[in-house]
Amino acid sequence: MKVLVAVKRVVDYNVKVRAKADGSDVELNNVKMAINPFCEIAVEEAVRLKEAGTATEVVVASIGDKSCQEQIRTALALGADRGIHVEVDGRPEPLEIAKLLKGVVSSESPDLVIMGKQSIDGDNNQTGQMLAAMTGMGQGTFASEVNVAEGSVQVIREIDGGLQTVKLSLPAVVTTDLRLNEPRYASLPNIMKAKKKPLETLTPIDVGVDIQSHVTLVGVRPPAERSAGIKVESVAQLVDKLKNEAKVIS
Amino acid sequence: MKTLIIAEHDNQTLKVATLNAVAAAQAMGGDIDVLVVGSGCQSVADQAAAVPGVGVVLSADNAAYENQLAENVSLAIAEAATSYDCVMAAATANGKNVMPRVAALLDVAQISDITAILDADTFERPIYAGNVIATVKSSDSKKVITVRTTAFDAVAAEGGNASVQPLDNAHDAGVSSFVREEVAVSDRPELTAASIVISGGRGMQNGDNFVMLEGIADKLNAAIGASRAAVDAGFVPNDYQVGQTGKIVAPDLYIAVGISGAIQHLAGMKDSKVIVAINKDEDAPIFQVADYGLVADLFSALPELESAL
Repeated sequence: MKVLVAVKRVVDYNVKVRAKADGSDVELNNVKMAINPFCEIAVEEAVRLKEAGTATEVVVASIGDKSCQEQIRTALALGADRGIHVEVDGRPEPLEIAKLLKGVVSSESPDLVIMGKQSIDGDNNQTGQMLAAMTGMGQGTFASEVNVAEGSVQVIREIDGGLQTVKLSLPAVVTTDLRLNEPRYASLPNIMKAKKKPLETLTPIDVGVDIQSHVTLVGVRPPAERSAGIKVESVAQLVDKLKNEAKVIS
Repeated sequence: MKTLIIAEHDNQTLKVATLNAVAAAQAMGGDIDVLVVGSGCQSVADQAAAVPGVGVVLSADNAAYENQLAENVSLAIAEAATSYDCVMAAATANGKNVMPRVAALLDVAQISDITAILDADTFERPIYAGNVIATVKSSDSKKVITVRTTAFDAVAAEGGNASVQPLDNAHDAGVSSFVREEVAVSDRPELTAASIVISGGRGMQNGDNFVMLEGIADKLNAAIGASRAAVDAGFVPNDYQVGQTGKIVAPDLYIAVGISGAIQHLAGMKDSKVIVAINKDEDAPIFQVADYGLVADLFSALPELESAL
């Protein structure tokens, strides 16, 4: 079974991103970049499927400018077998990323596609579902457990009230939630080995996509700041403030 | 301008999140219809018809839609969407699951999790865990939008009198099936709809200690939430999680207990009207957003709070 994993290069989750002073965009100069945490979980799940003997090959794809090859190499160091980079400048939208991935799916014919449920930059939570729709595949979104069987996959999904289990015919798309697994750290020997693993670079034309823009960024601003509150000395004072000052309890 | 709202429901009850989405549609202006996709969901259609401002309720009632499988439901929505300018749903787990699939079927972008409507094409939405608010303009003639429910006050549930029209075309994509659902049954209010929320973090130390929050929640009629750390540690189930990748809440009162206040958690609760933080670490970042901070050991503060209420 072949597994395709899509990964995205994003600002490291520890960085507090700010709007540029002119409000045109976020400040991304000299900011630490990393593989999107949900994508890292997706890579880990695919590698575990390979270690369990379920998957035979793990292919990792990323859409973006040249720098995202760094994240493909990270995924290769974590255990993926080869990489595909579809080189696109700027910030392609989820719909276009899904179209490019559909192109990769057509040429690679994976049995399972695993992706992060959302990227922590745009917080869109769209691409996996869109790819599934475009390819006619079933989708197991927000997965906290994935069990592959012959010709199908059972996915336990995190939903608003608890957990839901669905069964999907293969090929299918799975998007990862936080509790699917805990990704490993890449060892130094594996990082060295990853440098020699094959990494193919494609253009959008190679995968049959003419990129369109549907949404423009008008500007960005910081959120409304909360004014600093006060420290209370005791539980009694807290209850008094909530009753008589904030009037939120009676 | 014609907007189609996708009803959030469990085949029996129309969820309040739908009323938040209707409020967003009203901010857009124009006609508002509601689509109920489900199975044996006549009572949901009737409830939707009672929402003031709704013109027509379309009801796609078929066994294929019983468990809201995205593969089937998205086909019904995309078909109904042909005669609308905008399709909107609340950004619930279900809305997030289904709507991007609808957008892809219609070959348009989705604008996720909007918090404000500037005009019919221009919207505000939080990005980077809410550290930045982006203004985005869509050039698609048909919009697919999910709505952050905390940003739009729910419209009234009753007072309207819309007509209900059945949709007869049923769609079963045949690639997915429902196996089971484990949904917690609780007498407490729903986390995203509660006017008071009390959440525990890693400082709670284990799941058993959440009993201390339950006593307070019972007295305040509050919902119980948790930080990602507490959920990851297995103290409580995943549906308790408040934050960037969990639930977004904005109650009148949010009490954070033993929660340090990582930006990912703040993203899910910082629009609460009043925030209380109880933490023994006086440098915890949660105090920077708290209206009332109590530096104390939660194991002594919580019993004291319960008896003081």
